[in-house]
Amino acid sequence: MGLEGLLPELEIIRKDFPILERTVAGGKRLVYLDSANTSQKPQVVIDTMVDHLENHNANIARAMHALGAESTEAFEGARDRVAAFLNAPSRDEVIFTKNASEALNLVASTLAFRGPLQLGEGDEILITEMEHHSNIVPWQMLAQRTGATLRWIGLTDDGRLDLSNLGELLNERTKVVAFTWVSNMLGTINPVSDLAARAKEVGALVVVDASQAAPQLPVDVVASGADFVVFTGHKVVGPTGIGVLWGHREVLDALPPFLGGGEMIATVTMAESTYAPIPHKFEAGTPPIVEAVGLGAAVDYLSAVGMDAIHRHEQTITRYALEGLASVPGTTVLGPLDAESRGGAISFEMQGVHPHDIAQVLDTQGIAVRAGHHCAKPAHARFGVQSSTRMSSYLYTRPDEIDALVEALNYTRAYFKVG
Amino acid sequence: MSAELDSLYQEIILDHYKKPLHAGLRDPFEAEVHHVNPTCGDEVTLRVHLEGDKVADVSYHSEGCSISQASTSVMADLVIGKTVDEAMAIHADFLALMQGKGTVEPDEDVLEDGIAFAGVAKFPARVKCALLSWMAWKDATAKVLADNTLEKA
Ligand SMILES: Cc1ncc(COP(=O)(O)O)c(C=O)c1O
Repeated sequence: MGLEGLLPELEIIRKDFPILERTVAGGKRLVYLDSANTSQKPQVVIDTMVDHLENHNANIARAMHALGAESTEAFEGARDRVAAFLNAPSRDEVIFTKNASEALNLVASTLAFRGPLQLGEGDEILITEMEHHSNIVPWQMLAQRTGATLRWIGLTDDGRLDLSNLGELLNERTKVVAFTWVSNMLGTINPVSDLAARAKEVGALVVVDASQAAPQLPVDVVASGADFVVFTGHKVVGPTGIGVLWGHREVLDALPPFLGGGEMIATVTMAESTYAPIPHKFEAGTPPIVEAVGLGAAVDYLSAVGMDAIHRHEQTITRYALEGLASVPGTTVLGPLDAESRGGAISFEMQGVHPHDIAQVLDTQGIAVRAGHHCAKPAHARFGVQSSTRMSSYLYTRPDEIDALVEALNYTRAYFKVG
Repeated sequence: MSAELDSLYQEIILDHYKKPLHAGLRDPFEAEVHHVNPTCGDEVTLRVHLEGDKVADVSYHSEGCSISQASTSVMADLVIGKTVDEAMAIHADFLALMQGKGTVEPDEDVLEDGIAFAGVAKFPARVKCALLSWMAWKDATAKVLADNTLEKA
C-alpha cells in the first residue's frame, strides 16, 4: 500500500474509529465510502459527549450551580476550538446552528428582514450551478421575499465554474455572492479567495459554503476573503445536530436577529426587547450543548492529525480512485479528472446500470456509497444526468478499500450483464 | 451474497428492465401526470386513456433504476384492458405486497409478473422505486374519473 501522500499513521487513525471494525452484509468488512454524506466518529468525540452527559450535564448560561458552570465552560470552550479551527479573529464571530443548512438560512432570511442590509427589488443574488440545494433554495426564498433577482455562474464541461462572463454577472446591483468551496457532487475545489475578491470589488457580501471543504482542507476564514463561512458538524467527524456560521463582526452586528427567544436578549418588556451581542443574538433557546461539545473535540482531533496532512491523504486516495474508476469499462467520472483540482468525492456513471442498482449490489459487498442526485439536481441537469453514484473517502480511507470498490463495480457489470 | 441479490433482482424484473412493455408516450389520453422520487430523482411521465370504464391504454416515459423501470412495465401490462375497478383492485394488492415487509404472500393469478417484486418488499429503500409508477397511474386515473364526473354534472 506504499502510496506516497497517505497519512503515515493511517492504521492508528483507523483504530480511532470503532465503526470501521464492524462487519455488514453477513460478515463482510465495512468499506465506508460515503463520508461526504456524513463522516464516521472517532472514539474521542464519542467519549467526550458521553462524559459530558454523564458528568457535566446542565443547561448553560442560566443554571446557577456547579454543573451549570461546567456545562457553560464546555460549550463556550467548543466555540473557542471552532474559532481556532477556522482561524477566526474573534470567538464571538462563531455562531452555533443546527447544521449548514440552518446557517445558510440564517443569513438568507435575515437579509430579507428590515435593516441596513435588507435586499430589495433591483438587487441581485449570485450563486453557482454546482451548489448543494442548501445553498440554492434559501437564496431563491430570499429573492421571492424581497423581489431581488437570482442569477448564477454556469459550469464548464469539465465541471469547473465558468467565469468567462463574471464581469457581467458581477455588477453594482450584486448584493450577495454565495458559492461552495468544494462541490459535493463534482468534487471541484473553487478559487475561493479570487472569487471573494472579485465580489468585494462590487461591494457584495460573500457567503462561502465550506461543508465539504472544512472536513478535508485547511479553512482560514480571514484568508478566504469571505464575509460568511458555514460548515456542518457531522461531516468533520463531529455529531449531527450542530453546524457553524462564521461571520465578520460588523456584518453580524448589522443583521437583525434570526430567531427570537431565550438567551438572545439583553432585556425584554411586554412591548419590545433589546438583543444580546453576538454570538448569543443568533442563538435563541437552549442550544445543542452536547453536540457543540462533541464538535469541539472533533475539530481538535482533525487539527491534531493536521489539515494539510488530511488534504494530502484525500488527494492521494482521490488520485488512486480516479485511476481505479478509469479501469472499469463504461464508467465516466463527472467533474475534473485531475486529483489536484478536487476533493474526495467522486460521482460517476456506469453505462447500462442505474446508480440505485449499483449501490444495491455494492451494499451486498459491504461497500457503502451514495446513489441519486446528492442534493445537487441542477448540477446533474447541467451534465444531462439524472442521477449518479458517488464514492467519497476520508482520512480513514485505505487504498485497498478503493480496490474493493473497483472489484465490486466490475462484479456489478457482470451481474447486470453489461459490456 | 448473490442469493440476497437474486431475491431482489428476479430474472422477470431484469427482463422487463431490458425490454419494457408499453413504453413511450401515446395519444389519445385524458390525463398526464409527472411523478418523481425526491430521494433519488427517479421520474415518470405517465398518460392514461380510458374508454368507458376500461383502461384502454397506459403510456409512459420514465427514467430510473431497474426496479422502478420494471415495475412500470409490469403495471402497464397488468392494467391495460382491465376495467378501472379491476385495475384498482390489482393496485391495492400490489400496494399491500410492497408494504408487507416480506410477510405478504402474493397471488399470482392477480399480480402475474408482479409477484417477482415480493423480494423488493424486504428492501425498504427500494419499495418507493417499485411504487413510483403505480402511484402515478392511480393519480392519473383519479384525474380522469374526476373530470368525467365534472362533465356529467
Ligand atoms: C456542499 C454542501 N452544502 C451543504 C450541505 C448541507 O449540510 P447539512 O445537511 O448538514 O445542513 C451539504 C451536505 O449534504 C453539502 O455537501
